[in-house]
Amino acid sequence: MSTSHAHAEHNAHGHDHGHDHAHGWKGYLYILLALLVLTVITVGASRINFGSPAANVVIAMTIATIKASLVALFFMHLKDDKAINGLIFVSTLLFLGVFLGFCLIDADSRDDIRPATYKGPVDAKAMPLLNSEAPVFAPQVDPRKAPGAKPHGEGEHGGAPAH
Amino acid sequence: MSQSHDAALAEHGEHHEHHPFHQHHFATMEQQFDASKIGMWLFLATEILLFGGLFVGYGIMQAKHGEAFFAGHHHLDWKMGAVNTCFLLISSFTMVMAVWASSTNKAGEKKGQILGYLGLTLLCAAGFMVVKYFEYEHKFHDGLLPGKFFSYTGPDVVPNMFMFFSFYFMMTGLHGFHVLGGMGAIAFLMFRAAKGDYTSSYYTPVDLVGLYWHLVDLIWIYLFPLLYLIS
Repeated sequence: MSTSHAHAEHNAHGHDHGHDHAHGWKGYLYILLALLVLTVITVGASRINFGSPAANVVIAMTIATIKASLVALFFMHLKDDKAINGLIFVSTLLFLGVFLGFCLIDADSRDDIRPATYKGPVDAKAMPLLNSEAPVFAPQVDPRKAPGAKPHGEGEHGGAPAH
Repeated sequence: MSQSHDAALAEHGEHHEHHPFHQHHFATMEQQFDASKIGMWLFLATEILLFGGLFVGYGIMQAKHGEAFFAGHHHLDWKMGAVNTCFLLISSFTMVMAVWASSTNKAGEKKGQILGYLGLTLLCAAGFMVVKYFEYEHKFHDGLLPGKFFSYTGPDVVPNMFMFFSFYFMMTGLHGFHVLGGMGAIAFLMFRAAKGDYTSSYYTPVDLVGLYWHLVDLIWIYLFPLLYLIS
């Protein structure tokens, strides 16, 4: 608290607004080199079979996350920045994780996530207009329950009162 | 009310004259800087969620149609993707150097450096877009296009392959528009830096565009392995 007060005092006198970034630029160069090396590692790791496709994805995403952390902490200055900015960033990622997690749980519980009437890529021009008389998704008609098969159904029903 | 305002002015005047870019509704330049920065981070949060929807869709569809995604990714040149990754990483470095130069620019002596770093950033971004252009041209030529526009008939075509290219074009396309927008913003920074607007007491726009540019880089860091390197 006292340091941030001193910081404000310092700036109020208009001496050095940007002293947060005044710690020299060489650190940024090292971060860039680390990012480039990690890119080479990402490409190399994608050519090695780690047992399953899932393992490869996990490894690739782990390296990407290390790179993203370097960018966020040093290039975006989150390491030395006010906590509120980091809080906004981290909470966004948290909610993105909730979004991804729940969607994957949902998708995992289905055999096919396409509509039952799916017949290939959607042709937008061939789709009926929303204000036309035709129903957009015509219900599948079971031949036994179709109007033409009614006598059969009635026969079953007709048999009941006879008891 | 006016008395306290006068008092504030008197106190203000003791330290330094009113900064030309100090907006009247902020008490200090530092408060103005911090408020702008929080606003920028909130905007970046919405950007993450915008791309997040595509990433979630990619995750679900990749899990369901792994073979289609695998066949599709063979049509992407990982070397071009790697070159573009380097372009963006280097541009992120030059951008942070532009922020550093403007934050330590006491009396305009670093104007040339700021312009140089911003120019290099713009150049790397342009390089990224040129590589992207050649990649897209190749896909257009082969008919490797999203959804109903998919017209590829090669020997390695598999069912639902169009889906990979739907995600490829939507994700890299949205990202590409962000790069173009960033290039516009950097050009604007160069215009103002040339006028000598940015010094250590005011460099908020450089800092904010820097944050945006790093986010664009950060998204590409995930796009590159997901699209180009899946196995």
